Amino acid sequence: MSAIPISWFLALSAVLFALGVAGFLFRRNIVTVFMSIELMLNAVNLSFITFSYYFKKVDGHLFAFFVMVVAAAEAAVGLAIILTVFKNRATLNIDEVDSMKN
Amino acid sequence: MDVILFLIFAIIAVVCAINVVVQTHPISSAISLVGVMGSLAVLYLLLGAEFIAAAQVIVYAGAVMVLFVFVIMLLNAGAEVRKGRSLMVQLLGVPLLIVFLGLTAYFVRRLFPGDVTVHFGGFTGGTAQAIGRALFTTYLLPFEITSILILIAIVGAIVLARKELD
Repeated sequence: MSAIPISWFLALSAVLFALGVAGFLFRRNIVTVFMSIELMLNAVNLSFITFSYYFKKVDGHLFAFFVMVVAAAEAAVGLAIILTVFKNRATLNIDEVDSMKN
Repeated sequence: MDVILFLIFAIIAVVCAINVVVQTHPISSAISLVGVMGSLAVLYLLLGAEFIAAAQVIVYAGAVMVLFVFVIMLLNAGAEVRKGRSLMVQLLGVPLLIVFLGLTAYFVRRLFPGDVTVHFGGFTGGTAQAIGRALFTTYLLPFEITSILILIAIVGAIVLARKELD
């Protein structure tokens, strides 16, 4: 037996995505919340590559590539925003950054 | 052999992902995330995506995570304090997550009955040559837009990090 059911890959992707959602909702540190977003993007990339294998087409790889590029750009801008927030507020707790709430 | 490889790296990925969520210190979460990304790169190789696997290691595990670790060190971020957790999150968070996971598993089972299998070498269209050809023919416009997006991101990051906003 040397063949893996394709649903295992999709199940792994779903588990990783759910863990990313859990980190996004439960964590209070802004950097960790950001890392949870990266985890979710990685899980979706795994789905793209799996479907690319399933349809025997290269298009899924291109989508994963674009997701990677956008994630890199997002990380650069997001971390700059985190730096600015920390400079102004001296905190990393997302519960204390609530000036847009009222 | 493929099954053993898949199981090893899937378990590493899931354990590291759980570690990302439960660790209180951000630097531990970052190192665990590198583990997730590395094992996902091996799974991409298993699926015949050699270019994406290399890009995963270079871009994600390399560049993005170095950026994360650098910012964590720069901000001198300590362990997070657990306080002020809302009641709704405590009561509903984990059950809703399990419901979400169950729904996803249900649809995966419905759509993919299990007779479709993956074996190493079953798809060889993921070479750098094939991806480059698709990137510069079919996906030329998104590729160019992506380059503009990166330029905007660079300028935005410099402007944001340069001075304090007041």
